[in-house]
Amino acid sequence: MEVRVVNVRKEFERFPALHDVSLDIRSGELIALLGPSGSGKTTLLRLIAGLERPTKGAVFFGDEDASQKSIQERNVGFVFQHYALFRHMTVADNIGFGLKVRHGAARPPAQEIRRRALELLDLVQLSGLEKRYPAQLSGGQRQRVALARAMAIEPKVLLLDEPFGALDAQVRRELRRWLREIHDRTGHTTVFVTHDQEEALELADRVVVMSQGRIEQVGGADEIYDTPNSPFVYSFIGESSALPVKVENGEVWLADRPIGLPAPHAPSGEAQLYFRPHDVELVDGCSGCIAGTVAASRRVAGTRRVELEVGGERQRVEIELPVDHPAAQKSRVAFRPRRWKLFPTA
Amino acid sequence: MTTAPAQAGWRFRQPSVIPGFGLTLGFSLAYLTLIILIPLSGLIWRSAALGWADFWALATDRRTLTALEISFGTAFIAAAANVAFGTLVAWVLVRYRFPGRRIVDAMVDLPFALPTAVAGIALTTLYAPTGWLGKLLMPLGIKVAYTPLGIVVALVFIGLPFVVRTVQPIMEEIDKEVEEAAATLGASRFQIITRVLLPGLAPAIVTGFSLAFARGVGEYGSVIFIAGNLPYKSEIAPLLIVIRLEEYNYPAATAIAAIMLGLSFAMLLVINLVQTWSRKRYG
Repeated sequence: MEVRVVNVRKEFERFPALHDVSLDIRSGELIALLGPSGSGKTTLLRLIAGLERPTKGAVFFGDEDASQKSIQERNVGFVFQHYALFRHMTVADNIGFGLKVRHGAARPPAQEIRRRALELLDLVQLSGLEKRYPAQLSGGQRQRVALARAMAIEPKVLLLDEPFGALDAQVRRELRRWLREIHDRTGHTTVFVTHDQEEALELADRVVVMSQGRIEQVGGADEIYDTPNSPFVYSFIGESSALPVKVENGEVWLADRPIGLPAPHAPSGEAQLYFRPHDVELVDGCSGCIAGTVAASRRVAGTRRVELEVGGERQRVEIELPVDHPAAQKSRVAFRPRRWKLFPTA
Repeated sequence: MTTAPAQAGWRFRQPSVIPGFGLTLGFSLAYLTLIILIPLSGLIWRSAALGWADFWALATDRRTLTALEISFGTAFIAAAANVAFGTLVAWVLVRYRFPGRRIVDAMVDLPFALPTAVAGIALTTLYAPTGWLGKLLMPLGIKVAYTPLGIVVALVFIGLPFVVRTVQPIMEEIDKEVEEAAATLGASRFQIITRVLLPGLAPAIVTGFSLAFARGVGEYGSVIFIAGNLPYKSEIAPLLIVIRLEEYNYPAATAIAAIMLGLSFAMLLVINLVQTWSRKRYG
């Protein structure tokens, strides 16, 4: 089911949590809402589920305006960070709950409900645990039960709110791969919220980067990482260094020197220069480069991260060097970013 | 976090690293012995002096039996009523924010604090055939004061805080997400309450019920004013004990007391077992 969020605005007691957000989610897509806390990602997810009502705007499921429907009628599967299982029901009863509460002809016979529950339990690889109570399961198992429960009602869209947030790193990675498999097998349109960029980039077909109640950028992992379209995305996704520079005569200037980066289309004036610490080339002598004094040097896994003080105002930037690179021993290093982007200072 | 299967046989739970198990257990036992066990065994001792035949005769005396029936019956009905309305009161206090909520919250405890005789007299004045409420109920053929119904009213009053105060904290802990999960799965408001929320509250409700019930069985002060105290009709067992004492018939008094004690203990034990069972299941 295709989901469209159209010009949605949400205020909590006059405090805006989402400003005019629009998003098209394709049918069968696995999409991640990524952002720091307070960016509105969970609010957006809850709006799609119907757990919140938009102050303005609408949510469409296919061609239907879902914003007029109650939560019960929307038929969405929602998975919570803290599982929200029913403690007094067995695993099988938890999974079958959504079918059991249906009325009249819509409710399958008890045997069918049980068969379906066992089938889903098999899908989430927990066969044999149907008689357990949630308190007798581990966190990872509980979240699988929660997912099976959400899928039992054959939802139009599956919504997951930080589904792995409460689990430890190893279980998390395992469940991530497993969720991808389940998605590929069942083909549910799936939206999940996370603040973990690794999770979002690895798992999702497309990533929606959010900040302060706005969508900053939507795209695949490559697009988001390689061509960030705002300073926020540049600094939020992956490592980045930034320097205040000036653009004049189609060239980038740091303090009073050109640094060898042509920028024929950039508007003249103050700007911020962004680049990835690992995406730099070291140069000898400095005519058209960025030169700095080494302020600190740290070994990080397979590389060495060097912090440089640059320019008259001693701006600090980070670059990454191979561990055995001789430049790390020097007190002065000159480099030029290979790939970079300018954002005019507002 | 799989729990190990229950171990067979009796075994002490592994004491924690904090020392003092012997000291605290010793103190608890000594304290319970002094406060509860010695007085109660005195009671058993006195009634045992009767001998079986006499005890049985006293126990099966029709006046005793009726009094016990009234005591336990009215306490049961009152506790049941308190479960319904106490849970409702707790729901309103937990779920809604309204002006005066704090005051209502504080009022719930009043039956704890009020001398029970005062409560009894106040209720009698209200429900007597000439009282404000009694006057209105009279034409409908409902007599409250001086009947078993009056006893129930008094016990409902006395027992209310027990249910509210045991259910309220558990209700406050209910995770909002559990309700939301049920709603996304298609459960109506009513289904959420009956299938998700109430079963979760059941252990607390059972505790509240047993406390209100135990209190109701032993209640004396408020009941004697409203009950009318007619033998075979509205005479409660605690009153019968006092009557026997005033007749200097100590054996009869202790016999009734021992029976009450036995019955109450049996019922509370059953309720406790039910709770242990449910706690094991739901964790």
